[in-house]
Amino acid sequence: MFAYYLDLALRSLKRSPGLTLLMVLAIGFGVAASMTTWSVFRAVSGDPIPWKSSRLFVPQLDIWGPDSRKKGGYTDISDAFDYTDALALMRDHRGKLQSAMYQVSPSVVPADAAKHPINVSGHAVFSEFFPMVEAPFKYGSGWSAQDDQNRSHVLVLSDKLNQKLFGDVNSVGKSVNIEGKDYRVVGVVDRWNPQPRYYDVVNTGGFVGDGAEDVFLPFNTAIDVGMPNNGNTNCNEIPKEAGFIGLQHSSCVWIAYMVELDSATDVDSYKNYLDGYMRQQQQAGRFNWAPKYKLSDLPAWLDSEHVVPDDTKVSLLVALGLLIVCLVNTAGLLLAKFLRRSGEIGVRRALGAPRAAVYAQFLTEAGMVGAAGGVLGLLLTGVGVACVGWVLPKDIAALARLDVSLLAMTLVVAVIATVLAGLYPTWRASRVQPAWQLKSN
Amino acid sequence: MELRPIFSTLRRHKTTAWLLILEIALTCAIVCNAVFLIGQRLQRMDLPSGIAEHELVQIQLGPIGKNADAKAQSATDLAALRQIAGVRQAAMTNQMPFSCCSDSTGSIMLDPHQQQGTAQVAEFMGGAGLLSTLGAELVEGRDFQPSEYVDFDAAVQALHDGNARGLPQEIILTRGLAERLWPGQEALGRTVYFGDALPFRVIGVVASLARPKQLEQGVQYSAVLPIRMTVADGSSYILRTAPQDREAILKAAVAKLKQLDPNRVVLVKRTYDDARREYFAGDRAMAGILVGVILALLTVTALGIVGLASFWVGQRRRTIGVRRALGATRGDILHYFQAENFLLASFGIALGMVLAYGINLFLMLHYELPRLPGIYFPVGALVLWGIGQLAVLGPALRAANVPPVVATRSV
Repeated sequence: MFAYYLDLALRSLKRSPGLTLLMVLAIGFGVAASMTTWSVFRAVSGDPIPWKSSRLFVPQLDIWGPDSRKKGGYTDISDAFDYTDALALMRDHRGKLQSAMYQVSPSVVPADAAKHPINVSGHAVFSEFFPMVEAPFKYGSGWSAQDDQNRSHVLVLSDKLNQKLFGDVNSVGKSVNIEGKDYRVVGVVDRWNPQPRYYDVVNTGGFVGDGAEDVFLPFNTAIDVGMPNNGNTNCNEIPKEAGFIGLQHSSCVWIAYMVELDSATDVDSYKNYLDGYMRQQQQAGRFNWAPKYKLSDLPAWLDSEHVVPDDTKVSLLVALGLLIVCLVNTAGLLLAKFLRRSGEIGVRRALGAPRAAVYAQFLTEAGMVGAAGGVLGLLLTGVGVACVGWVLPKDIAALARLDVSLLAMTLVVAVIATVLAGLYPTWRASRVQPAWQLKSN
Repeated sequence: MELRPIFSTLRRHKTTAWLLILEIALTCAIVCNAVFLIGQRLQRMDLPSGIAEHELVQIQLGPIGKNADAKAQSATDLAALRQIAGVRQAAMTNQMPFSCCSDSTGSIMLDPHQQQGTAQVAEFMGGAGLLSTLGAELVEGRDFQPSEYVDFDAAVQALHDGNARGLPQEIILTRGLAERLWPGQEALGRTVYFGDALPFRVIGVVASLARPKQLEQGVQYSAVLPIRMTVADGSSYILRTAPQDREAILKAAVAKLKQLDPNRVVLVKRTYDDARREYFAGDRAMAGILVGVILALLTVTALGIVGLASFWVGQRRRTIGVRRALGATRGDILHYFQAENFLLASFGIALGMVLAYGINLFLMLHYELPRLPGIYFPVGALVLWGIGQLAVLGPALRAANVPPVVATRSV
């Protein structure tokens, strides 16, 4: 029966090729535009670690008080940590895994004296950082908690920097000279560049243009050797001492913090802990305002940091609008087409076809238009995604990729959309009274 | 033109007519808002920076070594850069208008006891010749004198020690900021305060100098402080040259700096035009996407009108034939379809205006956009009427060509 409907649909579509082409074009355009924008939207709003994001949390402590917010015109409490509190939280170690981190940009001095030093970027983190974010290791592993304590001179390299310094070999155990000091390589991270860079949104704004981080160093070691913060620093008051040491003694915030909590009970007890910590700080006379803290899971945190640009949201809305217009357009055309065939429907109904058969026939036809539109949409989406690089900033455009799920979705959206658009016209068509139609002709 | 027959025909095709009206309405609403969004972007991209944009190049070096060296090195570098043929002026600055990454701001106050700052001001710092290198036009007062400059680390030290004497005493504001602080009054000679009630006397006013980012705080709210910067503070060298020499100068300058110390890392080297383009890349992208969507939308709508009109013409061939046989001219038939389209478009546009306003309200609420200016409504209406008439012309002409003899043929 389906083959018969297909045949009927084909004949009907062939009878008015112009109109058919029009419908296909409209669907193709609409689907392609909305899918292209969707691919960009998904790229920037995607969950960087979907299997774990609900278990990763970012705490915020109100160490500056309500007055600072009034003065600066902010509503949220500061989104980073000062040195004292970050270390206190690390010391108390109440989460399953946790790490304070700050951004560094040291120079690596190549062994070959003829080569110039290279400026690299990376983060100073604690050992638990690697299992927490599940960084994939090509060689070796992260360092141990013992290394954190001993302030060992160890580091983890990116695959890229490893290639540059040693070639494509297992460099674990070799040493790298950073700003005049030797560090032993303990691990090499395989290609890993989560977007958005969720573990340090404050410094990166979420998206980092060219590639992965080059190095990870132990936090305590980096502090020890005085490797300065290369990320944002926000101060409520001017530090009393100058330099990096002054920064560590100040209430300026410049450290990112992330903690893994595996169950709702853990989350509650961590909240209790934060509350207790802030109370204790208040009682110790550090501040005189009501203790305030926040603990957001990763998705909420990314949202509150405005990682997805408003622009992208608006353009998604516009593209959806386009899709709706295309659907209305197709619905109108299908309606006009189907209603004109009341005679044909009348004959079929008089010959004994039930309403369901009429439905099947017309929805098949609508589906065919949708499928054709979808195929065109696929091609146009391909062109669209390829062209995104012309108009969007490189770091975001690079994320918009054509993948199988996007392609499948293009097709499915097109077919479902057209069948939806065809429902009303089909319903109208199936209402046709057979006797009346036969008589009038 | 008699409208009644048109209405009675449309009543018989209610759903189709409504769908067409809905399509026109949606198109109208989306196009109005999209054009408005594009306008917003273009306006942003067009903001004046107040500097000699096409004559500047910027080089930023990675900080290496001790501060003491940095001071001497920066001075040597600047002297060497000024030697390069084609370099008209060179200076150091902590930041540039509309460019990424470096942004120093402070809360400015009119009264030392003020609880809350009057405005968040971008603080430009640099040694002698900064203003003239940037090409910022001094409209009142004077530039800083050599004795008024303070080294950055000395200023920071003075700040820590609470020694106001060690800080610069003068400041230059933009006209926009002066207007904000003292509307309609003389700014020269007045005192403003930063931080812990630190006073600065206004000695000059520049026509314009845009801030690096956070434009929503007031694009023109900038101030210049006589503080000498060094490479170690993350500052950049800026060179002013003839527009056609920029690329060559950039290369020569980097070569010169590397020659002075081969171990240095160049973090940024670009012309100011590139920096500005990079800064507004997002806006350009958004405008591009919106233009594409508008074109697609108008095309789809026009095609929809063509399709439906062709269909109606086909359906009404016999009626048209009868009308022609009864004495209607070709013009009558043509005008009938044109009037029908005009009517549908008008309904669509009316509905679309309401929708456009609604969408704008939603965007205002969620994305901090301004209100849609009234001018968009009549212009949008004209465009859609035009497109409707263009689209219907083909089918209408075909209808006009239906010969009267059709009336005599049975179906």
